[in-house]
Amino acid sequence: MGLIEAMHLGFMQRALAAGLLVAVMSGLLGVFVVQRRLSFLGAGLAHAAFGGMGLGAFVIVATGLLGSGIGLLRHPLWIAVPFSLLAALAIAWVRANTRLSSDTAIGVFFAVSVALGVLFFSIIPPDVNLGLSLMDLLFGSILGVTGSDLVVIAVVAVVAVAFLTATWGRLSYATFDDELARADGVATRRLEYLLFACAALVIAVSSVVVGIILMAAYLVIPAASARLLARTLTQMSVLSVVLAVVSTVAGLALSYLVDVPSGSTIVLTQAALFLVAALLARR
Amino acid sequence: MSEGAPGAPPLHLHRVLVRLGEAIILEDVSFEIEPGCFLAVVGPNGAGKSTLVKVALGLITPQRGHAALFGTVAGASPERVGYVPQLKTFDRSFPATALELVVSGLRRSWPTRIGVAEREQARAALARVGAEHLELRQLARLSGGELQRVYLARALVRRPSLVLLDEPATGVDFLAEHDLYDLLEGYQRDTGASVAMVTHDLAAARYHADRVLVLNRRVHGFGPPDEVLCEPCLERAFGHHGHHHALAF
Repeated sequence: MGLIEAMHLGFMQRALAAGLLVAVMSGLLGVFVVQRRLSFLGAGLAHAAFGGMGLGAFVIVATGLLGSGIGLLRHPLWIAVPFSLLAALAIAWVRANTRLSSDTAIGVFFAVSVALGVLFFSIIPPDVNLGLSLMDLLFGSILGVTGSDLVVIAVVAVVAVAFLTATWGRLSYATFDDELARADGVATRRLEYLLFACAALVIAVSSVVVGIILMAAYLVIPAASARLLARTLTQMSVLSVVLAVVSTVAGLALSYLVDVPSGSTIVLTQAALFLVAALLARR
Repeated sequence: MSEGAPGAPPLHLHRVLVRLGEAIILEDVSFEIEPGCFLAVVGPNGAGKSTLVKVALGLITPQRGHAALFGTVAGASPERVGYVPQLKTFDRSFPATALELVVSGLRRSWPTRIGVAEREQARAALARVGAEHLELRQLARLSGGELQRVYLARALVRRPSLVLLDEPATGVDFLAEHDLYDLLEGYQRDTGASVAMVTHDLAAARYHADRVLVLNRRVHGFGPPDEVLCEPCLERAFGHHGHHHALAF
């Protein structure tokens, strides 16, 4: 079956829609992740989502929710999202109120979350069918995105894009110079907490699609490529979203044509575009 | 927008105490300046000069005492204050043009699109500091002196009643520093604004300022330069180690 015909299939349409929503959210968010030197935050929060997924899976099995008629309640995501939010706010608090740098704070939560995830997954009996495998969690399962997954991703995308566009001017100002922005009455501390909460939400939900391991790439590579080519932050924001969208569509098509996992083709396409940007930016 | 009390001093500190952990950074600091005054704040490294600026901007709340600008609490009327920070904090990896930085001073937010009226105001501010040719240049590619002019344009674009500068001449050559004082005095003549500037240059303070505040945690002198920049006063603030440096103007 050719690529065009394949796009008539429901799972391919859901994969494309989910991929595009993740690309737009992470492309926009990635600008602030890269400019604030928070690249490690993507990896840290994705691993926090893994811990949350483990906790969620354990709770679902232990409380008998696995037999629930409501699809969303059977998915560990409803626990992974608040878990990641708490981790993000804790990282932001440690950053703001202690002498620890953000990478140290992230490193602590990263390790604890992975340990918790491994612990919870290991105590779930192996014969229980959760509907998602560890491999799916680690490397994503974009072709396995369900209708209810897509609804959750769409809701989070609307919230995240609305927040990032509404606060773009103030966030950018605080990213450029926190002190100047504060002197001009911008509540930079509150904005940072909101940015971290937004990142937790985007990363937890997107991890279902692209996987925990590849999530950091989604947040960093398109924005980093855009930074190489852009002269202004506005250009960087637009370009980051465009590059994330292009690499998602191209990576998904490549994955179908060559029959290899889509997560890897998407990230490799992002890397190829980064290489092109680096060559174009050479002076 | 708070207009403050009519005739209230542009900058007034009353018995300000700032502690950072165990260390006392500012202690019992009180002074005020008149409208139209050019204040130079001098003192050795670690004297609390930058902390004083942050208190005036409302970025640091004193543990005791208070700071007021135009009769309202510091930080309440940011639109009336133009701030030029130390340039060493500037992030060169941020993609931005000089025009955007100036417009950020007008908008108090980072611009996405710049309207015609904003562009004109920003160009006028750049022209005032002799930097109109830098409008579309990347900030990362500007020299220290050029960057200083753009930051000054950013501070002046909203026509502030008080300009606060924290060692703006650091890393700038002598000629550019001389220009900076001329520009500030020109702005004061045109608008009647007040200027408060932290500087390590005692000669410039003597030559350009109406009032000098000698600070080393406490106020060691406050008044006209001829009275305050005297040997005993500077010796108290700078100590013997800084004595020769202090008097080398």
